[in-house]
Amino acid sequence: MRVALFVTCVTDTLYPGTGQAALAVLERLGVEVDFPLAQSCCGQPQFNTGYRRETEPLVRRFAEVFRGYDHIVTPSGSCAAMVRENHPRIAARAPGGRSADEADEVAEVAEVASRTYELSEFLVDVLGVTDVGAYYPHTVTYHPTCHGLRTLGLGDRPRRLLENVRGLELMELPGAGECCGFGGTFAVKNAAVSAEMGADKARGIEGTGARAVCAVDNSCLMHIGGILARRGSAVRPVHLAEILASTDGGAATDGGTAGGTVGGAKEEAR
Amino acid sequence: MSGGTFLGMPAFPEAAAAAVRDTRLRGNLRHATGTIRAKRAQAVAELPDWAGLRAAGAAIKDRTLRHLDHYLERLEEAVTASGGTVHWAADAAEANRIVTQLVRATGESEVVKVKSMATQEIGLNAALEAAGIRAYETDLAELIVQLGDDLPSHILVPAIHRNRGEIRDVFRSEMGRWGRPAPEDLSEEPAELAEAARLHLREKFLRAKVGISGANFMVAETGTLVVVESEGNGRMCLTLPETLISVVGIEKVVPTWRDLEVFLQLLPRSSTAERMNPYTSMWTGAADAEGADGPRDFHLVLLDNGRTDALADTVGRQALRCIRCSACLNVCPVYERAGGHAYGSAYPGPIGAILTPQLRGTVTELDASLPYASSLCGACYEVCPVAIDIPQVLVHLRERVVEGGEATVRGRRTTVRPARGHAAERAAMRAARWVFEHPAALRAGQRLASRTRRLHPRRLPGPGRAWTASRELPEVPAESFRDWWLRERGDDGGGRKGRGERGERRDRGGDR
Repeated sequence: MRVALFVTCVTDTLYPGTGQAALAVLERLGVEVDFPLAQSCCGQPQFNTGYRRETEPLVRRFAEVFRGYDHIVTPSGSCAAMVRENHPRIAARAPGGRSADEADEVAEVAEVASRTYELSEFLVDVLGVTDVGAYYPHTVTYHPTCHGLRTLGLGDRPRRLLENVRGLELMELPGAGECCGFGGTFAVKNAAVSAEMGADKARGIEGTGARAVCAVDNSCLMHIGGILARRGSAVRPVHLAEILASTDGGAATDGGTAGGTVGGAKEEAR
Repeated sequence: MSGGTFLGMPAFPEAAAAAVRDTRLRGNLRHATGTIRAKRAQAVAELPDWAGLRAAGAAIKDRTLRHLDHYLERLEEAVTASGGTVHWAADAAEANRIVTQLVRATGESEVVKVKSMATQEIGLNAALEAAGIRAYETDLAELIVQLGDDLPSHILVPAIHRNRGEIRDVFRSEMGRWGRPAPEDLSEEPAELAEAARLHLREKFLRAKVGISGANFMVAETGTLVVVESEGNGRMCLTLPETLISVVGIEKVVPTWRDLEVFLQLLPRSSTAERMNPYTSMWTGAADAEGADGPRDFHLVLLDNGRTDALADTVGRQALRCIRCSACLNVCPVYERAGGHAYGSAYPGPIGAILTPQLRGTVTELDASLPYASSLCGACYEVCPVAIDIPQVLVHLRERVVEGGEATVRGRRTTVRPARGHAAERAAMRAARWVFEHPAALRAGQRLASRTRRLHPRRLPGPGRAWTASRELPEVPAESFRDWWLRERGDDGGGRKGRGERGERRDRGGDR
């Protein structure tokens, strides 16, 4: 099984710890993972802001970079949703598509997209694993991010993975399914509404009493974490991959996590 | 006293920011939408075949829209055969002109109105007032809006932004100027408020000679119009006057009564969380014989007003499936905080954000801002009873705003120019695309950011201020994931080559 990690531009640049964690979990489960260096961005920020033409080369690039792999795994619900739902649409609408070569390219984009998985999907659906042998002795609340929840239909997959983490106490988040207000460029184009949605989400998270808020998207966590930090909150954002990578031997990553200071299980376990 | 106007309103972000600061508005909306949201979910969960009904609703609408000319002509034939008169209005001005002439022909200077989105859309009340005709809204919430010289802020509950205390104040101060006054000691008890409205409106129903309505559905095979409501006030307006004028968007036609069956299940559960709609009025043409019940004179004004243009758009046309249930408004976190007025249209919320820019275009700053009035969370699509993929249409309209392109405007295929004010953003998007096409440049940028990370300010100037005003910036790590990979694994994922690796060889070469 040839598996590629699509780390996403946000995680690559700002949260390398999440990429390392995703890699650690997959390798611990015996998966051999490649990281093709020609990867960059799925084009979601451009596309969702209305720049479809700027997105087209990134869609082609994605298919070219990842076509040789059986599975493409990404630690992001919204990037997986962008690839699976929008890449085929964008390729089909791109100029050309008349010649046999171009028709092949459209088909290839759709084909590669269909083999792209968000991390929890890949673990549960492809590997058939819900207990990844993680240890994380903290109280955690889970925020299901919108594109994972509603576009990919992740359902309870992330929760099932969390419920099998030893030491982890899962706290229910009221109004969990409501958007945190990030929404890509929405966060700056409609900053007032975005911040209000984020503040409500932050209050809900604080109300659970959890030490960390977990999600499958670092972009949403960047927004939620930014609001929590500005509020002086002690709750830390942490990506699902980082929790799953933690074992009683310590955190599997060596820096740059979404949670910053949360790190892994090591510091607390002692 | 025709109520306010949506004309000249600021773009969505400014209006929404003001609404966010209005704590009373926020409280009213949170309470109202939260309640109906939970009830809808329960009402929908009761039906085991909801997904099938939803797919059927979407399919019926799509088929009808594909053959809209055919069904509208069948409808016209059937309405005419049953004694009604059909008028075709290309736009708001023509519809208002037709209705005004029809009312004038009766010699009346007052009309009673059934709650209608189409007449809100065209600004009929203001047009009638300019012609010296007073239009009385009879839907309870529309009455509250009209008495308060206010604007509707919700499709189903136009006064959702008002609480009981505010409604009592409006009734006490304004009812007397329009007819029977409210009692001096009116309290904010719902039953008392409803009784005051009932007595005030009864007078209007009994006096009115002309009624004006919209319709939720028009059945082409028999020429039957359908109004779905909860108060019975609509039925009063539809049955008591001598003349009835109905202004209906052309997309409201359904082919047969069997099709109607699907929508009469989808609509009440989505809209008011009721299993069955309380008052469903249906009428076919005019009352023909002496002594027969109902209006003697029936006019149907079929309204286009941008709908044909929307129909020409293969992505945007799904907005014409809308049955005006409001489920998308009630579930929308942006609507809940921005309020309905920020959308500057009779159609607020997610559906308004895709309908208004299609009906009115994306020329004004307000209309160009509407497709961005969403975090694309998808809650609207999930609850839509006719499966309108609102996020998809929002993104499609964003493209029209920033990139321009082909669109149909007033029946003509036109090249729409990109909206103004996006030059800096466009340049940034192009630059980002270039960087993402050149991973070497991406890595150089990441390294620069990492090396300078101690110098990054906590508050950004310019557009970045919109982020740091309410949020901390993430800390830039000492090295990116790709640098870590190169350092630890030193390998390009098995060395697979392809066209996608352009630029990557040089990049790695320079690295060692």
